[in-house]
Amino acid sequence: MNAAAPVVLEVKDLHAYLYTRWGVVRAVDGVSFVLREGETLGLVGESGCGKTMTGLSVLRLLPEPAGRIVRGQVLLQGEDLVTKSEAEMRRVRGRRISMILQDPQTSLNPVFTIGDQLVEALRMLYADAAPALSHRAEEALRSVKVAAPEQRMRAYPHQMSGGMKQRVVGAIAVAGEPRVLIADEPTTALDVTIQLQYLTLLKEIQARTRLAMLFITHDFGIVARMCDRVAVMYAGRIVESGPTRALFRAPRHPYTEALMASVPRMEASVERLPSIEGQPPPLHDLPVGCRFAPRCRYVEDRCRREYPPTLPVGPAHEAACWRVEPSPPSR
Amino acid sequence: MARVEERIDVGFGPSPAAELSARPRPRGDLARLPWASFFIIVVLVLVAVLAPLIAPHSPTEQSLPDKLRPPAWQEGGSTKHLLGTDVLGRDVLSRIIYGARVSLIVAAAALLAGGGVGLMVGIVSGYLGGRVDSFLMRVVDATLTFPTILIALLLAVSLGQGLQTIAIAITVLIWARFARVVRGEVLAVKTRDFVALARVHGCSHLRIMAIHIVPNVLNTFMVLLTLHIGFVIIVEASLSFLGAGIPPPTPSWGQMVADGRSHIASAWWLSVVPGGAIVLVVLAFNLFGDWLRDWLDPRLRQV
Amino acid sequence: MLESGAIAAEPLIRVENLTKHFPVTRGLLIARTTGQVKAVDGISFTIGRQETFGLVGESGCGKTTTSRLLLRLERPTAGRVLLDGQDVHALTGADLSKYHTRVQAVFQDPWSSLNPRLRVRDTIAEALVVNRRVSKAGRLERVEEVLHQVGLPLAVASRYPHEFSGGQRQRIALASALASDPELIVLDEPVSALDVSIRAQIMNLLKDLQAQQQLSYLLVAHNLATVRYIAHRTAVMYLGKIVEHADTESLYRSPLHPYTKALFAAALPADPDAPRDDMILSGEVPSPIDPPSGCHFHPRCPFAMEQCSRVEPALKAVAAGHQVSCHLY
Repeated sequence: MNAAAPVVLEVKDLHAYLYTRWGVVRAVDGVSFVLREGETLGLVGESGCGKTMTGLSVLRLLPEPAGRIVRGQVLLQGEDLVTKSEAEMRRVRGRRISMILQDPQTSLNPVFTIGDQLVEALRMLYADAAPALSHRAEEALRSVKVAAPEQRMRAYPHQMSGGMKQRVVGAIAVAGEPRVLIADEPTTALDVTIQLQYLTLLKEIQARTRLAMLFITHDFGIVARMCDRVAVMYAGRIVESGPTRALFRAPRHPYTEALMASVPRMEASVERLPSIEGQPPPLHDLPVGCRFAPRCRYVEDRCRREYPPTLPVGPAHEAACWRVEPSPPSR
Repeated sequence: MARVEERIDVGFGPSPAAELSARPRPRGDLARLPWASFFIIVVLVLVAVLAPLIAPHSPTEQSLPDKLRPPAWQEGGSTKHLLGTDVLGRDVLSRIIYGARVSLIVAAAALLAGGGVGLMVGIVSGYLGGRVDSFLMRVVDATLTFPTILIALLLAVSLGQGLQTIAIAITVLIWARFARVVRGEVLAVKTRDFVALARVHGCSHLRIMAIHIVPNVLNTFMVLLTLHIGFVIIVEASLSFLGAGIPPPTPSWGQMVADGRSHIASAWWLSVVPGGAIVLVVLAFNLFGDWLRDWLDPRLRQV
Repeated sequence: MLESGAIAAEPLIRVENLTKHFPVTRGLLIARTTGQVKAVDGISFTIGRQETFGLVGESGCGKTTTSRLLLRLERPTAGRVLLDGQDVHALTGADLSKYHTRVQAVFQDPWSSLNPRLRVRDTIAEALVVNRRVSKAGRLERVEEVLHQVGLPLAVASRYPHEFSGGQRQRIALASALASDPELIVLDEPVSALDVSIRAQIMNLLKDLQAQQQLSYLLVAHNLATVRYIAHRTAVMYLGKIVEHADTESLYRSPLHPYTKALFAAALPADPDAPRDDMILSGEVPSPIDPPSGCHFHPRCPFAMEQCSRVEPALKAVAAGHQVSCHLY
């Protein structure tokens, strides 16, 4: 992977909060990362860590009126999306950044045919007349390896399998030739063999178009296969980020280490699976100091008093933990 | 094939196995209560219950010299008859108060009967499914096509006027609505895993219906009840207005509106006061029903 | 790695040629049967005492229907399920009651497995209330016991389900299954709806309970790693049939059936340097209404031969404790 590839998306110190009746939920609490052309960044974590909210924040799709970006920048090819108006954002979504969601059932409108939905999406992007748009729609289906696209155009979502629906969703997402694709658990609802087909397809599309992908998932297997770099999130913040290989070989944050250890492997059998006791802290009532401290096996006094800085632990690899001895940064 | 439910899990409620923290209480709930509706409903119930104690006169006592007196604040009125008198000299206020009784009793009887029947039919139909369900739903469909007032009139005419008749007529009309909605809820509840697990535990169908299905459709049922109170009161008033309701001299708001028709220009209070009472009460119940539905809804979401 | 527990003469559960077809009907007033969904199509296996039997496969393979057949939630079209030699679907009265205390279940969705209107203790004690004459005091004692077994404090008993997280609810569901002191618990995707770090907790708990309470499990799952961790023997299902069946270690070390191989290859290892042995299957999983002729897998099989489309292969032993149904062997 070419480290000199141009940066397409840069998120700087993003804070997105939800103002609820129970208090302020700090869903995204200081997240920064960089996405380069042709690269896939995995955003990993468990439910409630803020990874989906991060994805939604980038696209300014936070649930309103409760959700707001309170600080930070989202720079898409240099332009800050946080300051754009809603009208401007509408031109960005689908065209320059796209998103695929988890559930193919709800991503497509059940009362319209696939063809209609594709054409509608394309109409936003191209000024062509109806027949030309139909043609583009068929091409889009072909590009996601849907067989017999002319017939499929007339099909309704309920007549298609989950895998097929996700492909259509994917076709709609890349129809505008975006620079960035955010995929939020796109294969969780799919069978494992279909998942492999789909991931392979995404990789092909990426190779062809030099698309940058932000892949949100909780599955380390997918991360190992798909991602060049990984960022691990916990309680609203990134606790470790680095190249995939480095992170897997030697995770430096205790949460990453514990999480990876608790996932059963298919390749080997173990007598006992170490599990992480306890639960993540409530996001409306975060503790001072490291948020993983109550569950960390290496916890020290300092961890509870002060939130650790993010320190470099290897080439392009950093972790937010007091135990880390920083190595000289070499980016 | 995992479907990881995408709940916005923001970390409340979930607590570690060792410590069970209390759920944080939402703030500002008290302000959202429908105080006006509560107030009206409470007043209505009190008035109906305490009628003999608070009514200044007997509702049926005629006093011809006093006939057609306007309300107290108008010229010609007196504090003896705060809301005036009708064409037979009967005190309007007392008649309104006693009329509240009629409205409430009819509403309660009809709702409990109609609601009860509807609930049972809905549960049985939804849970058993198959032919039973098909048959019962066709009966429901047929019932729902009947024009409301027409049927009520027919029944009133054939069974004779009276409280019982109205109650029966209204029951016949509303059970089908309840049955249909309850059946829908039952279909949704039936698919939940705890129902299958109840069968795995060895529960009989009866036990499942009673313990697992009914309590989980009660919320919807109660909301439906409150939302129908207004409807029932209006049906009774309409019937009385048409002369097929509670026979005189028992006061009924609908009847009072009817009686006052011929005097609208001169003695407006005869129709307007009972009419206003109907509007107020129906509105109050509707608003209460709406609030109840919204209040219960987030609780339902917990499931 | 996992040794099978001591196997008595008659296994706890014996499934013989189990078949379940669902009719496909059309028409509003008069329902005509236009086809059959062959959800489960003649499968056989056994589960021993204190043994975990894993059933893996993708959607539509029939594993969930199989678990429902064992639980008497469906009636078989053909074949039998025997518990200690007795046909489970022929039981009535006291025998049926007894059956319900011996076989219990835990399902996938912790958010739908508990009746929100019942207190936890009432849900847990339900099997006792329905099947046994146990006094109220006795029930409370048992509730306390099983809560302890699943690692929850007693205070949980008087609360309502909505106060708990997914992982805690699954523990409650497990406690509810343990209350009647069963011998077999059917686990249908017990951890797939839980967060990754909670899964390990629950899986460890299941393992511990198996040893402490002499339990057998039928584990239905799609996650191969989960199955490897807990199951002693595993069977792979495809379109209603068992295509491979072996000791877990045997199966994972040397999968034989092409579908098994594809399934294993698709389970992405958490290792960026793992060799990519991609067997990307073409096409979609066919519908169980009209399964392909001969070997159901032949249209997608990279090794399909001429006879695969004509003749259905029989399940036969290829090595000790390892059976495959494939013409390659």
